[in-house]
Amino acid sequence: MSRRASLAVSLLLGLLTLLLLWVFAQALAQQPGPRLAELAATELPRSAVSNPVTAVLLNYRAYDTLLELAVLLAALLGIWSLGAASPGYQPAGPALEVMADWVVPLLILTGGYLLWVGAHAPGGAFQAGALLGAAGVILRLAGHQRAGLPSESSQRLLAVSGTAVFAAVGLATLAFGAGFLTYPPDWAKWLILLIETAATLAIGTTLAAAYVGGQPPENPEGVRSR
Amino acid sequence: MTHLLFVFDLVLLATLLGLAVAALTSPDPRRAVMLFIAFGLWLALVWARLKAPDVALAEAAIGAGLGGALMLAAARRAARRGTDRLKGRKSGADQA
Repeated sequence: MSRRASLAVSLLLGLLTLLLLWVFAQALAQQPGPRLAELAATELPRSAVSNPVTAVLLNYRAYDTLLELAVLLAALLGIWSLGAASPGYQPAGPALEVMADWVVPLLILTGGYLLWVGAHAPGGAFQAGALLGAAGVILRLAGHQRAGLPSESSQRLLAVSGTAVFAAVGLATLAFGAGFLTYPPDWAKWLILLIETAATLAIGTTLAAAYVGGQPPENPEGVRSR
Repeated sequence: MTHLLFVFDLVLLATLLGLAVAALTSPDPRRAVMLFIAFGLWLALVWARLKAPDVALAEAAIGAGLGGALMLAAARRAARRGTDRLKGRKSGADQA
């Protein structure tokens, strides 16, 4: 970058900083208007979950979460279109292998726990999916070429499943006349759990596949029989 | 007690900003990613202090953990590609 360009960039950044500081000062000076938090809290019993964050993500603002899953899917498509993945790491030494043997089942168990506990305490699909993805990263580092994931066709199904189940539930509620992603209260708990389970699997697959960094290898030679 | 908490918050914020500046100004990508992971973990602490455990969990797992792993892999790949190009240029110069 030339000197003039960097000068212009720093000038614009300075102006942006001043603008943001002014907005912040205005927001501090104003009286707090009506907030959504109270409304969310009063409607909480009807959302079938007692954790307000899950209620917002999966019930009040389910459409946003659906689009977030679609963004993850698009990112994976982009990564797969980059070409074949690199072969990966050497098979691990004994210390890392034993650690992976212990940590990967623990991560899967904790992921399932976070998925279930998300209905009434901090947790949920994204955190659980991130733990599954972390298990994949550890397997890849320990020499497993496909990061513990199944074949490419199954990976495609798994990666699409989150968005597909979410959209299918939305279309089903639409078909029964309740409106897109408006759950009937009796079913809401199970519908949310169904969506979150599919989303967890999809997020875990997507994150682990993103770490592989390309189209999955055909015949993984790194798979060892244990 | 409140004074102690105030000092704690100040240390928390100062370290967060310091980590951010260090990550942004680091010339070595690998070092920058490691500082970014430290920044993400520290930010998770700040979220927990703000009583937002959901965000803290997501930040630690996705922002620091998986994001860090992805960026470390990217930095490694970029470094390898950079040395390849350097080697190619050198051998080209030798031939010329």
